Amino acid sequence: MKEYQTINEISGPLVYAEVDEPIGYDEIVEIETEDGRTLRGQVLESSDGLVAIQVFEGTSGIDRDASVRFLGETLKMPVTEDLLGRVMDGTGQPIDGGPEIVPESREDIIGAAINPYSREYPEEFIQTGVSAIDGMNTLVRGQKLPIFSASGLPHNDLALQIARQASVPEEEEEGDEGSEFAVIFGAMGITQEEANEFMDDFERTGALERSVVFANLADDPAVERTVTPRLALTTAEYLAFEKDYHVLVILTDMTNYCEALREIGAAREEVPGRRGYPGYMYTDLATLYERAGRIQGREGSVTQIPILTMPGDDDTHPIPDLTGYITEGQIYVDRDLNSQGVQPPVNVLPSLSRLMDDGIGEGLTREDHGDVANQMYAAYAEGENLRDLVNIVGREALSDRDNKYLDFADDFETDFIDQGFDTNRELEDTLDLGWDLLSQLPKEELNRIDEEFIETYYVDDEGEEVEATAD
Amino acid sequence: MSQATQQDAETGVIESVSGPVVTARDLDARMNDVVYVGDEGLMGEVIEIEGDITTIQVYEETSGVGPGEPVENTGEPLSVDLGPGMLDAIYDGTQRPLDVLEEKMNSAFLDRGVDAPGIDLEKEWEFQPEVEEGDEVSAGDVVGIVEETVTIDHKVMVPPDSEGGEVVSVESGDYTVEDTVVELDNGEEITMHQEWPVRTPRPAVEKKTPTKPLISGQRVLDGLFPIAKGGTAAIPGPFGSGKTVTQHQLAKWADADIVVYVGCGERGNEMTEVIEDFPELDDPKTGNPLMARTCLIANTSNMPVAARESCIYTGITIAEFFRDMGYDVALMADSTSRWAEAMREISSRLEEMPGEEGYPAYLSARLSQFYERAGFFENTNGTTGSVSVIGAVSPPGGDFSEPVTQNTLRIVKTFWALDADLAERRHFPSINWNESYSLYRDQLDPWFEENVTEDWSEIRQWAIDVLDEESELQEIVQLVGKDALPEDQQLTLEIARYLREAYLQQNAFHPTDTFCPPEKTHLILTTIKTYNDEAFEALDAGVPVEDLVSLDSTPRINRIGVQEDYEEFIEELKEDITEELRGMY
Repeated sequence: MKEYQTINEISGPLVYAEVDEPIGYDEIVEIETEDGRTLRGQVLESSDGLVAIQVFEGTSGIDRDASVRFLGETLKMPVTEDLLGRVMDGTGQPIDGGPEIVPESREDIIGAAINPYSREYPEEFIQTGVSAIDGMNTLVRGQKLPIFSASGLPHNDLALQIARQASVPEEEEEGDEGSEFAVIFGAMGITQEEANEFMDDFERTGALERSVVFANLADDPAVERTVTPRLALTTAEYLAFEKDYHVLVILTDMTNYCEALREIGAAREEVPGRRGYPGYMYTDLATLYERAGRIQGREGSVTQIPILTMPGDDDTHPIPDLTGYITEGQIYVDRDLNSQGVQPPVNVLPSLSRLMDDGIGEGLTREDHGDVANQMYAAYAEGENLRDLVNIVGREALSDRDNKYLDFADDFETDFIDQGFDTNRELEDTLDLGWDLLSQLPKEELNRIDEEFIETYYVDDEGEEVEATAD
Repeated sequence: MSQATQQDAETGVIESVSGPVVTARDLDARMNDVVYVGDEGLMGEVIEIEGDITTIQVYEETSGVGPGEPVENTGEPLSVDLGPGMLDAIYDGTQRPLDVLEEKMNSAFLDRGVDAPGIDLEKEWEFQPEVEEGDEVSAGDVVGIVEETVTIDHKVMVPPDSEGGEVVSVESGDYTVEDTVVELDNGEEITMHQEWPVRTPRPAVEKKTPTKPLISGQRVLDGLFPIAKGGTAAIPGPFGSGKTVTQHQLAKWADADIVVYVGCGERGNEMTEVIEDFPELDDPKTGNPLMARTCLIANTSNMPVAARESCIYTGITIAEFFRDMGYDVALMADSTSRWAEAMREISSRLEEMPGEEGYPAYLSARLSQFYERAGFFENTNGTTGSVSVIGAVSPPGGDFSEPVTQNTLRIVKTFWALDADLAERRHFPSINWNESYSLYRDQLDPWFEENVTEDWSEIRQWAIDVLDEESELQEIVQLVGKDALPEDQQLTLEIARYLREAYLQQNAFHPTDTFCPPEKTHLILTTIKTYNDEAFEALDAGVPVEDLVSLDSTPRINRIGVQEDYEEFIEELKEDITEELRGMY
């Protein structure tokens, strides 16, 4: 292996070095500084005689005399089942003081695309125990469902609740122990406190044993963030498709990842796209999110819950916007609901799960699930709409029908959504609760529900009505 | 992808690599030639030539490729293989069959440097001649027929670049696509296999004005905003507003002979849904499996960006080939924004001067070139055929003023605007009836009037007027509440509500409601009109509006969609509504 001392430019996170042999794109580089530190980096551009290197740990301390070694391979993640229970830094080095990792194989972190022909369509319902998700925006195995949040909102609590409670009821009943559940947590640029919150919860609930943690913290080098999610996903793919685990990958915070992309783009003087983010951000994000899924003939699955904080609560910002176009839906955490004390403050109206329709219904969850969800959406939207009007004309000016919808919307928030971060609700209970709420409305209003289901599930309070007329 | 001949290969050497863009030195190549890059032979296309340096976009991941590796030129432009075997197939963006790739790579993940022809070169097809020895044939003429699938007869044509001549030898029998099936007197040998460069439109005699609608079975589309066979339409909408479901619905139910579905830079799981669902669905026209008339092109968002740029061209070239046979072809492209972004990404790697929002200055030209390949054509062989193009657009933040939406709207004649608000209220398909338009309406009305009902355009206009009035009234209602409106306007709001709920909304996931024939679309409107007419008469006769909007029979209007035997149901319902209303005064 040749060593060079030919650095001729250092700018931001980038180092340019002259070489006299061909260097491959994306190859791994080690840079040794004078004080004996070894920094790692990756080739971003390779032309005859000159390469651009992105240094993960930052370029401070590098000078013209630092020596550069090209390792002749692209970045690999050493993977093994023993990774479960381990804590790593953002570049995959263990930081928990545990034994050295003996890899079973070393996988390229730039995963190849799954052949769409080899995929299996995800339709296995995951019960998260959260009514707003199970009832209204059902998560299925192999889905990528991000949480759209913003600064100051309890998205981490929601993510933890999901990680804690997620289960597949059917398999539990059958006592099927074919596949185990694992959580991979990829942290990018979150604060030490946030990281502690996750780690404490993992330790408290014993989840750490079946977790792998990759932590790039806020004070770690920003450029490192571009590899952290890839390490996490490579590990996830290995556990899912080689070792038959059902893997839930939580990536937080995608906004920090995109900031790092922008930083590199700016350092390379690329033509920027919207708001200074690189024009290839869609493609780049897709290479992460699309690594969720199921493959025919394999037991395991990769389910992703990326978390992103929307700058200025704005979902048209490039990060949430591009994410929404790639992922299969999104869960909105809402500031107003949060300030009303609703836990979890999920606003179901803009939320969506694209894979829901195929994962629910007869034989999968319950026959009436789809209709109930649709009707509740429509009724809550109507009530929400009327609230503006109430502010102007007052409730008395509204018709009886309108008042019923307003009541529905209020009760929907307090009874259905606000369940607390520690309640694990069975799907049956979620749907029954839905029927309790819908039964406040007259039967004729339930135009999205099949008549049969109304017969079976509508909670008639005729008894009371009879009494009322008797009076 | 077509396997280019290797004999006149020229080689060069890689100079630099930056993502999908590679430059090479000493390569003798023309613009748009296909080249094989590096030791692994990754496929690429020449996109810029400057002095001794040739710039190449590579259709595969370039990790590990470095300077000094060879680049080999095939001397041929990016072409597709045309011939029997394209239906029921699933391709990537450069027409490599994904099932063959899975087999060849022996992995569920897409490896690099593996090539495969677009059609099976070994399979034998039963050829039925349509010409006899001694017949004169020229370019485009049909010389024989092959049953490609149960639904579609593949017509074997004289290639467009042939000089034509007299048939000296033709015989029926089983042939592979490479075998000669017809020999001409000038020595030309015609096979079932043609190659065509994707960036060049296939020739036709004339583009004509389309007069037949592409029936989609979607009420809001057929009823209010129809598209013609040979027309163009755009579906822009923010994420979650139902673009893909609408595209899938069209691919499933549109009454085209052939459907080419291009998944351009979209989700892998969505393409899997198509791949799993379509073989199980029946073609509403023939009852055969839907895949028998479908060609799928899947280039998901994590597959290489350059192949995303080419997948649209691959799709339209295949569509044109079936058009040449005299078929009506519908091409769905989901989404053209991803295609435009691929252009932007490559343009920015080339360090070209950007136009609006970083898109290249040639964005508008490329979009128009693509949509212009749609149309209702008279083919060179005397038949007529059409290519209808329906492009989804994914505007960032749902903002329709962005360049891709705007440049698309300047070209297409049908605009189906998807609306996030409607989607939030679970009004599906969430096509905004105030913003959408179709410029084909007048052109298509005669067909509907002849084939469905005479008052087609009249009753549609009534519905549009009611919906328009509703949107004006809604503004007032937002301020003062519904009860402050005069009685007739309150009634109008109720009528409009039924138009929205029973007519405009349609449940794509309900087995019956998912496809609504034009007759049923019409009858639903007449039912609501019956209610309208009778209720206004009752109002004139002094019946209070509260009674008119709380009938026992009218909620059944919302159930028409899911009725299989709708005619009887509607007859009865109309009678009940009339009876109930007339009983009030």
